[in-house]
Amino acid sequence: MTRIRVATTWLDGCSGCHMSFLDIDENIIQLFDRIELVYSPLVDFKTIPENIDLALVEGAVSSEADKEEILTLRSRSKILISFGDCAVTANVPGMRNQFSVMETLSRAYVENSASGQILPSGSVPKLLEYSRPVHEYVAVDLFLPGCPPPAGVILSTLSDLIDGRPPSLGGKTRFGA
Amino acid sequence: MRYPAFLQRIADRADVQPVRILTFSINGQAVSAREDETILSVARENGISIPTLCHLDGLSERGACRLCIVEIKGSPKLSPSCVTLPRQDMEVITNSDRVLDYRRKILELLFTERNHICSVCVSNGHCDLQALTTELGMTHVHYDYLHTRHAVDASHERFSVDHNRCVLCQRCIRVCEEIEGAHTWDVMGRGYLSKVITDLNQPWGESTSCTGCGKCVQVCPTGALSEKGKSVAEMTKRRQFLPYLKLMRGDESR
Repeated sequence: MTRIRVATTWLDGCSGCHMSFLDIDENIIQLFDRIELVYSPLVDFKTIPENIDLALVEGAVSSEADKEEILTLRSRSKILISFGDCAVTANVPGMRNQFSVMETLSRAYVENSASGQILPSGSVPKLLEYSRPVHEYVAVDLFLPGCPPPAGVILSTLSDLIDGRPPSLGGKTRFGA
Repeated sequence: MRYPAFLQRIADRADVQPVRILTFSINGQAVSAREDETILSVARENGISIPTLCHLDGLSERGACRLCIVEIKGSPKLSPSCVTLPRQDMEVITNSDRVLDYRRKILELLFTERNHICSVCVSNGHCDLQALTTELGMTHVHYDYLHTRHAVDASHERFSVDHNRCVLCQRCIRVCEEIEGAHTWDVMGRGYLSKVITDLNQPWGESTSCTGCGKCVQVCPTGALSEKGKSVAEMTKRRQFLPYLKLMRGDESR
Protein backbone atom coordinates (compact mmCIF):
# COMPACT_ATOMS: atom_id res chain seq x y z
CA MET A 1 0.00 0.00 0.00
CA THR A 2 1.41 3.37 -0.95
CA ARG A 3 1.52 5.73 1.94
CA ILE A 4 -0.09 9.15 1.76
CA ARG A 5 2.45 11.94 1.51
CA VAL A 6 1.79 14.45 4.30
CA ALA A 7 3.51 17.79 4.89
CA THR A 8 3.11 20.10 7.87
CA THR A 9 4.44 23.57 8.46
CA TRP A 10 4.19 26.35 10.99
CA LEU A 11 4.08 29.95 9.92
CA ASP A 12 3.33 32.65 12.53
CA GLY A 13 2.13 30.45 15.37
CA CYS A 14 3.31 29.03 18.66
CA SER A 15 3.75 25.38 17.54
CA GLY A 16 0.92 24.42 19.90
CA CYS A 17 -1.10 22.83 17.10
CA HIS A 18 1.82 20.56 16.27
CA MET A 19 2.11 19.70 19.98
CA SER A 20 -1.58 18.80 19.95
CA PHE A 21 -0.88 16.60 16.90
CA LEU A 22 1.77 14.77 18.92
CA ASP A 23 -0.79 14.36 21.70
CA ILE A 24 -2.48 11.60 19.66
CA ASP A 25 0.12 9.52 21.55
CA GLU A 26 0.47 5.87 20.50
CA ASN A 27 -2.03 6.33 17.68
CA ILE A 28 0.84 7.92 15.81
CA ILE A 29 2.32 4.44 15.21
CA GLN A 30 -0.75 3.19 13.35
CA LEU A 31 -1.14 6.53 11.60
CA PHE A 32 2.40 6.32 10.26
CA ASP A 33 1.61 2.95 8.67
CA ARG A 34 -0.67 4.94 6.41
CA ILE A 35 1.20 8.23 5.96
CA GLU A 36 4.67 9.38 5.14
CA LEU A 37 5.79 12.69 6.62
CA VAL A 38 7.66 14.26 3.70
CA TYR A 39 8.10 17.77 5.12
CA SER A 40 7.59 19.16 8.62
CA PRO A 41 9.31 21.07 11.43
CA LEU A 42 9.15 17.74 13.26
CA VAL A 43 11.41 16.02 10.73
CA ASP A 44 14.60 17.02 8.98
CA PHE A 45 13.67 17.96 5.42
CA LYS A 46 14.75 21.44 4.47
CA THR A 47 12.84 22.00 1.25
CA ILE A 48 9.22 21.50 0.25
CA PRO A 49 8.97 18.40 -2.00
CA GLU A 50 6.64 17.92 -4.96
CA ASN A 51 3.48 15.76 -4.99
CA ILE A 52 2.20 16.30 -1.46
CA ASP A 53 -1.19 14.66 -0.85
CA LEU A 54 -2.09 16.46 2.35
CA ALA A 55 -0.66 19.62 3.92
CA LEU A 56 -1.37 20.89 7.43
CA VAL A 57 -0.65 24.60 7.91
CA GLU A 58 -0.32 26.04 11.39
CA GLY A 59 0.02 29.78 11.93
CA ALA A 60 -0.95 33.04 10.27
CA VAL A 61 0.75 34.55 7.25
CA SER A 62 2.74 37.42 8.77
CA SER A 63 6.01 37.79 6.88
CA GLU A 64 7.42 37.60 3.37
CA ALA A 65 8.85 34.19 4.27
CA ASP A 66 5.43 32.93 5.42
CA LYS A 67 3.92 34.11 2.16
CA GLU A 68 6.53 32.38 0.04
CA GLU A 69 6.18 29.19 2.08
CA ILE A 70 2.40 29.03 1.79
CA LEU A 71 2.37 29.77 -1.95
CA THR A 72 4.91 27.02 -2.63
CA LEU A 73 3.22 24.54 -0.32
CA ARG A 74 -0.15 25.18 -1.93
CA SER A 75 1.19 24.69 -5.44
CA ARG A 76 2.63 21.30 -4.48
CA SER A 77 -0.27 19.96 -2.36
CA LYS A 78 -3.54 18.30 -3.34
CA ILE A 79 -5.38 19.01 -0.08
CA LEU A 80 -4.44 21.89 2.20
CA ILE A 81 -5.81 22.24 5.73
CA SER A 82 -5.85 25.44 7.79
CA PHE A 83 -4.71 23.93 11.05
CA GLY A 84 -5.69 25.86 14.17
CA ASP A 85 -6.94 29.35 14.98
CA CYS A 86 -3.87 31.28 13.79
CA ALA A 87 -4.15 29.74 10.32
CA VAL A 88 -7.94 30.17 10.29
CA THR A 89 -8.34 33.66 11.80
CA ALA A 90 -4.81 35.08 12.38
CA ASN A 91 -5.68 34.82 16.10
CA VAL A 92 -2.91 36.08 18.43
CA PRO A 93 -0.45 37.09 15.66
CA GLY A 94 -3.31 39.18 14.25
CA MET A 95 -3.49 41.26 17.42
CA ARG A 96 -0.76 43.46 15.98
CA ASN A 97 -3.01 44.39 13.06
CA GLN A 98 -4.40 47.35 14.99
CA PHE A 99 -0.93 48.87 14.90
CA SER A 100 1.50 49.71 12.12
CA VAL A 101 4.46 47.41 11.48
CA MET A 102 6.78 50.15 12.75
CA GLU A 103 4.82 50.51 15.99
CA THR A 104 4.96 46.75 16.50
CA LEU A 105 8.68 46.51 15.81
CA SER A 106 9.63 49.42 18.03
CA ARG A 107 7.49 48.03 20.84
CA ALA A 108 9.41 44.74 20.68
CA TYR A 109 12.91 45.87 19.77
CA VAL A 110 13.18 49.34 21.31
CA GLU A 111 10.65 50.09 24.07
CA ASN A 112 10.85 46.66 25.69
CA SER A 113 14.47 45.96 24.92
CA ALA A 114 17.03 46.25 27.70
CA SER A 115 19.96 46.45 25.36
CA GLY A 116 20.68 46.91 21.69
CA GLN A 117 17.52 48.78 20.79
CA ILE A 118 18.09 48.21 17.10
CA LEU A 119 15.31 47.38 14.65
CA PRO A 120 16.04 44.17 12.73
CA SER A 121 17.04 44.53 9.11
CA GLY A 122 17.73 41.62 6.80
CA SER A 123 18.43 39.08 9.55
CA VAL A 124 14.76 38.14 9.99
CA PRO A 125 11.96 37.97 7.38
CA LYS A 126 10.25 41.27 6.65
CA LEU A 127 6.84 41.63 8.29
CA LEU A 128 3.83 42.15 6.03
CA GLU A 129 1.49 45.04 6.79
CA TYR A 130 -1.07 42.68 8.33
CA SER A 131 -0.95 39.23 9.81
CA ARG A 132 -3.62 37.36 7.84
CA PRO A 133 -5.36 33.99 7.76
CA VAL A 134 -4.04 31.43 5.28
CA HIS A 135 -7.18 31.49 3.11
CA GLU A 136 -6.62 35.15 2.29
CA TYR A 137 -3.56 34.04 0.29
CA VAL A 138 -4.36 30.56 -1.04
CA ALA A 139 -7.33 28.25 -1.48
CA VAL A 140 -7.95 26.15 1.61
CA ASP A 141 -9.77 22.81 1.42
CA LEU A 142 -10.58 22.29 5.09
CA PHE A 143 -10.64 24.47 8.21
CA LEU A 144 -9.74 23.04 11.57
CA PRO A 145 -10.33 25.76 14.18
CA GLY A 146 -9.13 25.47 17.75
CA CYS A 147 -6.36 26.87 19.90
CA PRO A 148 -5.17 24.21 19.54
CA PRO A 149 -7.55 21.75 17.84
CA PRO A 150 -7.92 18.79 20.22
CA ALA A 151 -5.74 15.74 19.47
CA GLY A 152 -8.80 13.54 18.91
CA VAL A 153 -10.14 15.85 16.23
CA ILE A 154 -6.78 15.94 14.45
CA LEU A 155 -6.62 12.15 14.46
CA SER A 156 -10.21 11.65 13.30
CA THR A 157 -9.84 14.26 10.55
CA LEU A 158 -6.65 12.68 9.23
CA SER A 159 -8.14 9.17 9.47
CA ASP A 160 -11.26 10.29 7.59
CA LEU A 161 -9.20 11.89 4.82
CA ILE A 162 -6.89 8.86 4.51
CA ASP A 163 -9.91 6.55 4.23
CA GLY A 164 -11.53 8.84 1.69
CA ARG A 165 -14.42 9.90 3.96
CA PRO A 166 -15.50 13.55 4.15
CA PRO A 167 -14.32 14.67 7.60
CA SER A 168 -17.00 16.03 9.92
CA LEU A 169 -16.01 18.39 12.72
CA GLY A 170 -19.56 18.50 14.07
CA GLY A 171 -18.87 20.89 16.94
CA LYS A 172 -15.95 18.86 18.27
CA THR A 173 -13.64 21.84 18.05
CA ARG A 174 -14.22 25.57 18.26
CA PHE A 175 -12.36 28.86 18.14
CA GLY A 176 -10.30 29.58 21.23
CA ALA A 177 -9.95 26.05 22.56
CA MET B 1 -48.34 50.62 24.78
CA ARG B 2 -48.19 51.27 28.53
CA TYR B 3 -50.92 53.18 30.30
CA PRO B 4 -50.84 54.71 33.77
CA ALA B 5 -51.23 51.94 36.35
CA PHE B 6 -54.96 52.39 37.02
CA LEU B 7 -55.73 52.26 33.29
CA GLN B 8 -53.24 49.46 32.68
CA ARG B 9 -55.18 47.22 35.06
CA ILE B 10 -58.20 47.65 32.83
CA ALA B 11 -56.16 47.27 29.68
CA ASP B 12 -54.73 44.01 31.00
CA ARG B 13 -58.15 42.52 31.74
CA ALA B 14 -58.87 39.81 29.26
CA ASP B 15 -62.65 40.30 29.36
CA VAL B 16 -62.35 43.99 28.49
CA GLN B 17 -59.44 43.73 26.05
CA PRO B 18 -59.43 40.17 24.84
CA VAL B 19 -56.10 39.27 23.25
CA ARG B 20 -56.70 37.71 19.91
CA ILE B 21 -55.36 34.25 19.33
CA LEU B 22 -54.23 33.46 15.83
CA THR B 23 -52.84 30.46 14.05
CA PHE B 24 -49.97 30.25 11.62
CA SER B 25 -47.23 27.81 10.71
CA ILE B 26 -43.53 27.49 11.45
CA ASN B 27 -41.63 25.07 9.21
CA GLY B 28 -44.94 23.54 8.22
CA GLN B 29 -45.94 22.92 11.83
CA ALA B 30 -49.26 24.51 12.83
CA VAL B 31 -48.91 26.77 15.88
CA SER B 32 -51.12 29.18 17.76
CA ALA B 33 -50.08 32.42 19.38
CA ARG B 34 -51.34 35.53 21.08
CA GLU B 35 -51.29 38.37 18.60
CA ASP B 36 -48.76 40.27 20.75
CA GLU B 37 -46.22 37.43 20.90
CA THR B 38 -43.17 37.49 18.66
CA ILE B 39 -42.42 34.74 16.15
CA LEU B 40 -39.28 33.95 18.15
CA SER B 41 -41.22 33.45 21.35
CA VAL B 42 -43.83 31.24 19.66
CA ALA B 43 -41.12 29.17 17.98
CA ARG B 44 -39.36 28.55 21.29
CA GLU B 45 -42.62 27.64 23.03
CA ASN B 46 -43.02 24.99 20.35
CA GLY B 47 -39.51 23.62 20.67
CA ILE B 48 -38.27 25.16 17.42
CA SER B 49 -34.87 26.67 17.98
CA ILE B 50 -33.82 29.95 16.38
CA PRO B 51 -30.33 31.28 17.15
CA THR B 52 -30.14 34.68 18.87
CA LEU B 53 -27.47 37.00 20.20
CA CYS B 54 -28.99 40.33 21.23
CA HIS B 55 -32.15 38.71 22.62
CA LEU B 56 -32.17 37.96 26.33
CA ASP B 57 -35.17 36.68 28.27
CA GLY B 58 -36.24 39.44 30.64
CA LEU B 59 -35.14 42.37 28.46
CA SER B 60 -37.08 44.22 25.77
CA GLU B 61 -36.32 43.25 22.17
CA ARG B 62 -33.97 45.38 20.09
CA GLY B 63 -33.50 43.52 16.79
CA ALA B 64 -29.84 44.54 16.80
CA CYS B 65 -28.02 41.40 15.71
CA ARG B 66 -30.32 39.99 12.98
CA LEU B 67 -29.24 36.43 13.70
CA CYS B 68 -32.85 35.36 14.34
CA ILE B 69 -33.93 36.15 10.77
CA VAL B 70 -36.61 33.92 9.28
CA GLU B 71 -38.29 33.61 5.90
CA ILE B 72 -41.93 34.62 5.62
CA LYS B 73 -43.72 33.25 2.60
CA GLY B 74 -44.69 36.04 0.22
CA SER B 75 -42.09 38.47 1.54
CA PRO B 76 -38.86 38.97 -0.42
CA LYS B 77 -36.93 40.08 2.65
CA LEU B 78 -35.88 38.15 5.71
CA SER B 79 -37.44 39.29 9.00
CA PRO B 80 -35.94 39.31 12.48
CA SER B 81 -38.20 36.95 14.42
CA CYS B 82 -37.57 38.70 17.76
CA VAL B 83 -39.40 41.84 16.64
CA THR B 84 -41.83 40.41 14.10
CA LEU B 85 -45.37 39.57 15.17
CA PRO B 86 -47.21 36.70 13.51
CA ARG B 87 -50.29 37.19 11.38
CA GLN B 88 -53.11 34.78 10.70
CA ASP B 89 -52.08 32.01 8.25
CA MET B 90 -48.55 33.35 7.96
CA GLU B 91 -46.03 30.72 6.79
CA VAL B 92 -42.68 31.06 8.55
CA ILE B 93 -39.55 29.11 7.62
CA THR B 94 -36.69 29.18 10.15
CA ASN B 95 -34.21 26.77 8.59
CA SER B 96 -34.07 27.17 4.81
CA ASP B 97 -30.66 27.14 3.14
CA ARG B 98 -31.07 30.84 2.41
CA VAL B 99 -31.72 31.68 6.07
CA LEU B 100 -28.84 29.52 7.33
CA ASP B 101 -26.50 31.05 4.75
CA TYR B 102 -27.38 34.62 5.72
CA ARG B 103 -27.10 33.88 9.44
CA ARG B 104 -23.60 32.54 8.93
CA LYS B 105 -22.67 35.59 6.88
CA ILE B 106 -24.00 37.93 9.57
CA LEU B 107 -21.97 36.07 12.19
CA GLU B 108 -18.83 36.25 10.04
CA LEU B 109 -19.30 39.98 9.55
CA LEU B 110 -19.51 40.44 13.33
CA PHE B 111 -16.09 38.81 13.54
CA THR B 112 -14.60 41.10 10.88
CA GLU B 113 -15.77 44.31 12.55
CA ARG B 114 -13.83 44.05 15.79
CA ASN B 115 -11.04 42.00 17.27
CA HIS B 116 -12.51 38.83 18.70
CA ILE B 117 -9.52 36.74 19.72
CA CYS B 118 -11.19 33.86 21.57
CA SER B 119 -7.96 32.27 22.77
CA VAL B 120 -6.97 35.27 24.92
CA CYS B 121 -10.45 36.38 25.99
CA VAL B 122 -11.76 36.41 29.54
CA SER B 123 -14.99 34.85 28.26
CA ASN B 124 -13.36 32.03 26.26
CA GLY B 125 -15.65 29.01 26.63
CA HIS B 126 -18.49 31.06 28.15
CA CYS B 127 -19.26 33.34 25.22
CA ASP B 128 -22.51 33.55 23.26
CA LEU B 129 -20.70 34.75 20.12
CA GLN B 130 -18.20 31.90 20.28
CA ALA B 131 -20.97 29.35 20.91
CA LEU B 132 -22.78 30.60 17.81
CA THR B 133 -19.81 29.70 15.59
CA THR B 134 -20.31 26.06 16.56
CA GLU B 135 -24.10 26.26 16.41
CA LEU B 136 -24.11 27.81 12.94
CA GLY B 137 -21.19 25.76 11.64
CA MET B 138 -18.93 28.74 10.99
CA THR B 139 -15.41 27.39 10.38
CA HIS B 140 -13.80 30.57 9.09
CA VAL B 141 -14.53 34.12 7.94
CA HIS B 142 -14.90 34.65 4.18
CA TYR B 143 -14.54 38.43 4.39
CA ASP B 144 -11.55 40.66 5.01
CA TYR B 145 -11.08 41.74 8.62
CA LEU B 146 -11.32 45.49 9.19
CA HIS B 147 -8.42 45.59 11.70
CA THR B 148 -10.06 48.41 13.61
CA ARG B 149 -8.57 49.78 16.77
CA HIS B 150 -10.82 50.12 19.80
CA ALA B 151 -10.22 51.37 23.29
CA VAL B 152 -10.27 49.54 26.59
CA ASP B 153 -11.75 51.48 29.53
CA ALA B 154 -10.60 50.10 32.86
CA SER B 155 -11.34 53.24 34.85
CA HIS B 156 -14.13 51.63 36.88
CA GLU B 157 -13.10 50.22 40.23
CA ARG B 158 -14.47 46.71 39.65
CA PHE B 159 -15.31 46.36 35.94
CA SER B 160 -13.77 47.01 32.57
CA VAL B 161 -15.03 47.40 29.03
CA ASP B 162 -13.06 46.21 25.99
CA HIS B 163 -14.73 47.66 22.90
CA ASN B 164 -12.72 45.26 20.71
CA ARG B 165 -15.05 42.49 21.88
CA CYS B 166 -18.34 44.40 21.71
CA VAL B 167 -20.99 43.25 19.22
CA LEU B 168 -23.30 46.23 19.86
CA CYS B 169 -26.16 43.98 21.03
CA GLN B 170 -27.17 46.70 23.50
CA ARG B 171 -28.03 44.26 26.28
CA CYS B 172 -26.03 46.44 28.70
CA ILE B 173 -28.01 49.49 27.68
CA ARG B 174 -31.35 47.72 28.11
CA VAL B 175 -30.59 46.07 31.46
CA CYS B 176 -29.29 49.35 32.86
CA GLU B 177 -32.34 51.28 31.75
CA GLU B 178 -35.08 48.70 32.18
CA ILE B 179 -34.00 46.73 35.23
CA GLU B 180 -31.57 48.90 37.17
CA GLY B 181 -33.25 52.15 36.15
CA ALA B 182 -29.97 54.05 35.89
CA HIS B 183 -29.56 54.43 32.11
CA THR B 184 -25.82 54.86 32.44
CA TRP B 185 -25.18 53.08 29.14
CA ASP B 186 -26.10 54.32 25.72
CA VAL B 187 -24.75 54.14 22.20
CA MET B 188 -23.00 56.80 20.15
CA GLY B 189 -21.78 57.03 16.57
CA ARG B 190 -23.04 55.27 13.49
CA GLY B 191 -22.50 51.98 11.72
CA TYR B 192 -19.49 49.92 12.68
CA LEU B 193 -17.97 52.95 14.43
CA SER B 194 -20.79 52.93 16.96
CA LYS B 195 -19.79 52.29 20.54
CA VAL B 196 -21.48 51.84 23.86
CA ILE B 197 -20.74 54.69 26.23
CA THR B 198 -21.23 55.49 29.89
CA ASP B 199 -22.98 58.78 30.66
CA LEU B 200 -21.95 61.37 28.07
CA ASN B 201 -18.97 59.35 26.84
CA GLN B 202 -17.08 59.85 30.08
CA PRO B 203 -14.76 57.20 31.50
CA TRP B 204 -16.86 54.55 33.28
CA GLY B 205 -15.05 55.22 36.55
CA GLU B 206 -16.16 58.85 36.46
CA SER B 207 -19.81 58.09 35.68
CA THR B 208 -22.11 59.73 38.21
CA SER B 209 -25.16 57.67 37.22
CA CYS B 210 -23.58 54.19 37.45
CA THR B 211 -24.66 52.40 40.61
CA GLY B 212 -21.93 49.75 40.28
CA CYS B 213 -24.55 46.97 40.28
CA GLY B 214 -22.76 45.00 37.55
CA LYS B 215 -25.92 43.84 35.76
CA CYS B 216 -24.46 45.02 32.44
CA VAL B 217 -21.43 42.81 32.97
CA GLN B 218 -23.57 39.76 33.68
CA VAL B 219 -25.77 40.15 30.59
CA CYS B 220 -22.95 40.98 28.15
CA PRO B 221 -22.79 38.05 25.68
CA THR B 222 -19.03 38.34 25.07
CA GLY B 223 -15.95 39.39 27.00
CA ALA B 224 -16.57 43.08 26.24
CA LEU B 225 -17.78 43.74 29.78
CA SER B 226 -15.97 41.84 32.49
CA GLU B 227 -15.07 41.88 36.14
CA LYS B 228 -11.56 42.98 36.92
CA GLY B 229 -9.15 40.31 38.07
CA LYS B 230 -10.52 37.66 35.72
CA SER B 231 -8.01 36.02 33.41
CA VAL B 232 -8.50 34.04 30.20
CA ALA B 233 -11.66 31.89 30.27
CA GLU B 234 -12.43 32.82 33.89
CA MET B 235 -15.31 35.21 33.27
CA THR B 236 -18.53 33.27 33.65
CA LYS B 237 -21.71 35.30 33.59
CA ARG B 238 -24.62 34.90 36.01
CA ARG B 239 -27.92 35.78 34.36
CA GLN B 240 -30.37 33.95 36.61
CA PHE B 241 -31.23 37.18 38.40
CA LEU B 242 -33.03 38.59 35.39
CA PRO B 243 -36.17 36.41 35.07
CA TYR B 244 -36.25 36.30 38.90
CA LEU B 245 -36.29 40.08 39.22
CA LYS B 246 -38.92 40.38 36.51
CA LEU B 247 -41.11 37.82 38.26
CA MET B 248 -40.77 39.41 41.71
CA ARG B 249 -41.67 42.81 40.33
CA GLY B 250 -44.71 41.38 38.60
CA ASP B 251 -43.87 42.91 35.25
CA GLU B 252 -43.27 39.68 33.39
CA SER B 253 -45.67 40.71 30.64
CA ARG B 254 -43.71 43.76 29.59
